[in-house]
Amino acid sequence: MSVPGELSYAKTHEWMRREDDVATIGITEHAQDELGDVVFVELPEKGATYGAGDAFGAIESVKAVSDLYAPVGGEVVEVNEALNDAPEKVNEDPYGEGWIVRLRVSNEGDLFSADEYEKFLEEEAG
Amino acid sequence: MATGALRRTPLYEEHKTSGARIVDFAGWEMPVQYEGIKAEHEAVRTAVGLFDVSHMGEVFFRGPQAEEAVQRLVTRDVGRLSVGQAGYAAVCYESGGTVDDVLVYRRPDDFLIVVNASNREKDLEHFRENTKDLDIEVTDESDDWALLALQGPEAVELLEGFTETDLSSIKYYRFVEGEVGGMAAILSRTGYTGEDGFEVFVRPDDAPRVWRALVGAGAAPVGLGARDTLRLEAGMCLYGNELDAKTTPLEAGIGFAVHLDKKEEFLGQEALRREREAGLRKKLVGFEVEGRGIARHDYPVVLNGETVGRVTSGTQSPTLGEAIGLALVTPEVEDEFEVVIRNRPVAARAVPLPFYKREKK
Repeated sequence: MSVPGELSYAKTHEWMRREDDVATIGITEHAQDELGDVVFVELPEKGATYGAGDAFGAIESVKAVSDLYAPVGGEVVEVNEALNDAPEKVNEDPYGEGWIVRLRVSNEGDLFSADEYEKFLEEEAG
Repeated sequence: MATGALRRTPLYEEHKTSGARIVDFAGWEMPVQYEGIKAEHEAVRTAVGLFDVSHMGEVFFRGPQAEEAVQRLVTRDVGRLSVGQAGYAAVCYESGGTVDDVLVYRRPDDFLIVVNASNREKDLEHFRENTKDLDIEVTDESDDWALLALQGPEAVELLEGFTETDLSSIKYYRFVEGEVGGMAAILSRTGYTGEDGFEVFVRPDDAPRVWRALVGAGAAPVGLGARDTLRLEAGMCLYGNELDAKTTPLEAGIGFAVHLDKKEEFLGQEALRREREAGLRKKLVGFEVEGRGIARHDYPVVLNGETVGRVTSGTQSPTLGEAIGLALVTPEVEDEFEVVIRNRPVAARAVPLPFYKREKK
């Protein structure tokens, strides 16, 4: 499973890419693999604010629903509208075209580095 | 898991080899998917897929009063089944609530009832408890059989390559004793997908060879995930979702399997007759979600702000590309209602069942 070194990770399997005060957020390759075929992403409204760790949306595969959690707190400045028509982008390109939301960060979360997340995945797998 | 050791079918190692993701289902370690639910679903709709359903239970009724026992236990009039014919039926409590939904096979010398894995122990107790006065033997031979389902438009052709049994002579819901790859088998033209195909009963020791042969010939292994989306598109009930002890087969829309007029009294007959006369307290409807979102099991159904039922099954239909579902609702519900998806009421519209019907050749 790919875990890009430049990203930060939440233990709920979201990734975050930070550019100044804007954080782009998606789910990890591991998370999309666990979910299976993604068929629906419930995106938040632009302008909504969330605290670090808050559920901001949901992602559904054929079989199951999972909440999406904000790795950091902030205001939604952009959502990936392309996922409305092509939710499978989350499976195909989880770190690229499958991004989900951009937040203007107002409070930080407690996140893993890539190395720490990889270790976390190993521990979870037992 | 809280409930002791999980059981494995004779095909467990084959599933691991095929890269299956294994989950706990009704106490069994079963494959939920291999390549992916959508791809497996499509394989069954357009070509051929192979399922391991060995977790299902096989219960045999033997003895001079076997037919009488089965007549008492199931809602279908099995007297109308000919030898070599299978029939879908419900098993009911005296209350009319459903114990299980089953397939009854009328064989030359006995009856075979195929039961849901999750209900096996409960069914056996119910079967034995209610037939004590009859001269019969009820035997659970579930561990003596593996069950494979080969389903899809290319299923029959593929299976023909492995058997001398004349498959074209076996009509829908008929079965014969024959062989597959030289191994003894019961071949039944039945399934749970809405496609043509066979369910094949073989001995556990033979199952891995049959599985490998069929997969080697191009059948896609299909897990429980796609089994659920396929049966839902075909409008078929799943026990625990559409059917349970508090829901009658009439309410769940399987009245076609309930012969209220059959002469031999069956458990629940009186209650079901009364319900038929008085009118159903709830009914099963198929629906499409018109707004954005996917309905799931147990989501509330509302009409004018009042809860009028629950979603029993829901998914994104891989074939239709729409969110579809089944719901048990009060009788006054008509074409338009709402499903509450994560606290948000979303418009839904009733549609005729099944959602998907294959084109007959």
